[in-house]
Amino acid sequence: MSKSPDKPLKQIHLAAHFPGVNNTTVWSDPEAGSHIEFSSFAHFARTAERAKFDFLFLAEGLRLREQGGQIYDLDVVGRPDTFTVLGALAAVTEHLGLTGTINSTFNEPYEVARQFASLDHLSGGRAAWNVVTSWDAFTGENFRRGGFLPQEERYSRAKEFLGTANELFDSWRGDAIAADQESGTFLRDAKAGAFVHQGQHFDIQGQFNVPRSPQGRPVVFQAGDSEEGREFAAAGADAIFSRYSTLKEGQAFYADVKGRLARHGRTRDQLLVLPAATFVLGDTDAEAEELSREVRRKQVSGATAIKHLEFVWNRDLSAYDPEGPLPDIDPDLGEHTVARGRAQVRMYRDPLATAREWRDLAEANKWSIRDLVIETGNRQSFVGSPATVAETINHFVQADASDGFILVPHITPGGLDAFADTVVPLLQERGVFRTEYEGTTLRDHLGLAHPDAGTTDAGMTGATFVPTPVPASADH
Amino acid sequence: MGWHPAAWREPVARPAELLTARYWTDLVAEAERGLLDFVTIEDALGLQSSHFTEPDGRTDQVRGRLDAVLIAARVAPLTSHIGLVPTVVTTHTEPFHISKAIATLDYVSTGRAGVRVQVSARRNEAAHFGRRTLPAIEGVEDLGRADVRELTLDLFDEAADYVEVVRRLWDSWEDDAEIRDVATGRFIDRDKLHYIDFEGKHFSVKGPSITPRPPQGRPLVSALAHEGPTEAPFRLLGRSADIGYVTPRDARHARTIVTAVRAEQDAAGRTDEPLHLFGDLLVFLDDDPAAARDRRERLDAVAGQPYTGDAHIFTGTPAQLADVIQELEQAGLTGFRLRPAVVGHDLPGITRGLVPELQRRGAFRRAYEADTLRGLLGLARPASRYAASA
Repeated sequence: MSKSPDKPLKQIHLAAHFPGVNNTTVWSDPEAGSHIEFSSFAHFARTAERAKFDFLFLAEGLRLREQGGQIYDLDVVGRPDTFTVLGALAAVTEHLGLTGTINSTFNEPYEVARQFASLDHLSGGRAAWNVVTSWDAFTGENFRRGGFLPQEERYSRAKEFLGTANELFDSWRGDAIAADQESGTFLRDAKAGAFVHQGQHFDIQGQFNVPRSPQGRPVVFQAGDSEEGREFAAAGADAIFSRYSTLKEGQAFYADVKGRLARHGRTRDQLLVLPAATFVLGDTDAEAEELSREVRRKQVSGATAIKHLEFVWNRDLSAYDPEGPLPDIDPDLGEHTVARGRAQVRMYRDPLATAREWRDLAEANKWSIRDLVIETGNRQSFVGSPATVAETINHFVQADASDGFILVPHITPGGLDAFADTVVPLLQERGVFRTEYEGTTLRDHLGLAHPDAGTTDAGMTGATFVPTPVPASADH
Repeated sequence: MGWHPAAWREPVARPAELLTARYWTDLVAEAERGLLDFVTIEDALGLQSSHFTEPDGRTDQVRGRLDAVLIAARVAPLTSHIGLVPTVVTTHTEPFHISKAIATLDYVSTGRAGVRVQVSARRNEAAHFGRRTLPAIEGVEDLGRADVRELTLDLFDEAADYVEVVRRLWDSWEDDAEIRDVATGRFIDRDKLHYIDFEGKHFSVKGPSITPRPPQGRPLVSALAHEGPTEAPFRLLGRSADIGYVTPRDARHARTIVTAVRAEQDAAGRTDEPLHLFGDLLVFLDDDPAAARDRRERLDAVAGQPYTGDAHIFTGTPAQLADVIQELEQAGLTGFRLRPAVVGHDLPGITRGLVPELQRRGAFRRAYEADTLRGLLGLARPASRYAASA
């Protein structure tokens, strides 16, 4: 362990990502339950709360993904409305934070602000918002505004959207409601909720109609990894996701992001770094390794492997045998047309080079298409016995590769149960994870200050905070 | 707190708890205790106001509220039979979002969701969204003005389009679309998912929904409609509603309204489809009729003026209210939406006074006979409109 005498152990933050619309989720497993019935969400949330997790996380996608002009049918398809399911989960949990991914392109600030403020009231201060954005006309076809937002403007719209929402959250002082039955004064201030916002994307004014909520503002998460994104996170987000699952990459990202905070007048504990992480547990490390291979084979069926190859080739490859060799034709370098409504297509910046590299790998190892996709795909972040996984997680956090993890189980809804029962107690024994909730709000759990209810937040106004937009179709 | 603007001043009111989950859970639990079919939850995209369409700047009445869909969702897991019908404003929201929100409410309540759609002609609410500029409307007398008539027709036409989109999205997944076919690796049969391809004046929506078809198939759609210079409100009921709320003054007026709405229903080609018509009544209930009258007078005095609203105000005993209800039922109404003047007093007046009275008369259920809102209202679960064409 990377523990030095003068450095106290960091407390780990843990969150649970409800499995969903991606091929991480193994729906074919006999243990896999419904992805839409509320009982699955309630099971998952109760497990997370039993394990004293900081929060539950829901992703969002506002149009069903398509590939080759048809709705993609190999992964889980379908999910609930984020706000509605979080509102219901507030009824079956008492402490667990409730984090929803909500798109800033296909919503309006007044409505989203009142939804988050309402969720915060109805959960007693447990609401959090993962701000994402999108620009694609494909998703826009489901909405009033359509798809006319130029790609470069999604950043400025997202920035202004969140800034405007913060103005609305701050428009009610904490003491605005007197509710004095004796004197008949309900409001102390007739102007409670008053706001005026004039900007490039929003020109709105009036009175916000949800009084100040327990957290003042929901906790704000953002994902994304660009220079711009890191800088914006450092300026004002409460937590940033990352995708780095190796220690070295994680440490580099962590040092970079935390190192930016001082320039924004913020301290290192005001921005949490929480990578998403998958895991496979076994009674022994060897058993977990074997299970891990099995899970990865289940995650990539032959059909899924072909579809994955199409992200790179940008061609219909349905004629190829997944158990056979890679295509000898080259990727189509034109505009990506095969897959729509998902982020993966942008992972491969140089399709020709990737194709070459994959062909070489497959030839050298005698891999079929499916073997290749499995072998080049991400191994689970944590594989091992509960003791090994607990040790690894703790090491990552104490070595400043993260402040904790957002765990993504591969089975719905029971995929978190074993982690809760076996890994969490080991972390608690080490004194690095809470044994009881100490506060009531998500800000309490995350060690974040509550915005001052009486005055407008002077140090970090909404207007200076720019979220890093990530594609709405991405699951983190 | 109640429909009377001074309700929050009553000792039984809990004004400091208005924004808590406990307050709403208690109310809905009380309604469920009384075996009511459903509760509706009011909402608006602006502060409450005593003015017809403009903000009033008052500080002596309840101001501030929570999102009604979220309240319904928060209450759903803690109740088991009662229907949950939040209000949504069609004028400024996205049919795609609302469709999946109400579908999800149907999931989290296992088949008890409905929605009450409402248009907004308030300029201040439009300014909260910055997409439309609306004309000033000072009072009911302005509803006949040419520009206001035009606006009314447009808002209600948009609401009808909105309901059409919301329902098509509910139907866009056939019930058996999820197949989990391990052999072929397919989670869904995509031939059972459908684009809705709606194109209208205010929005176009491609579909399909991101949310599978909800337990009731189509959650119930309801709307409040008044007589006025345009036929638009009644036409919306005739074209689009499963439940219409109407505001009769008396039995004769109820007959007129029922005739008018049924004519719109026929004109929309829905003669054979069920359309419930619920009469709205604002109620002051006490065991002694004089006590109810006194309470109303006291509240009016506290408010500084007599309260009048769109709905008839009933003052009296549970037995007298049962008489009124049965008379209105004879006039063609199929149900009643009672608005408690003071929730803390008049909701128990309904559940513990009126309900037992109606049960004695054999006019109200003695136990919940169904698990879904459709079941409670005697409405069959519809097949997806796309199922036959697939």
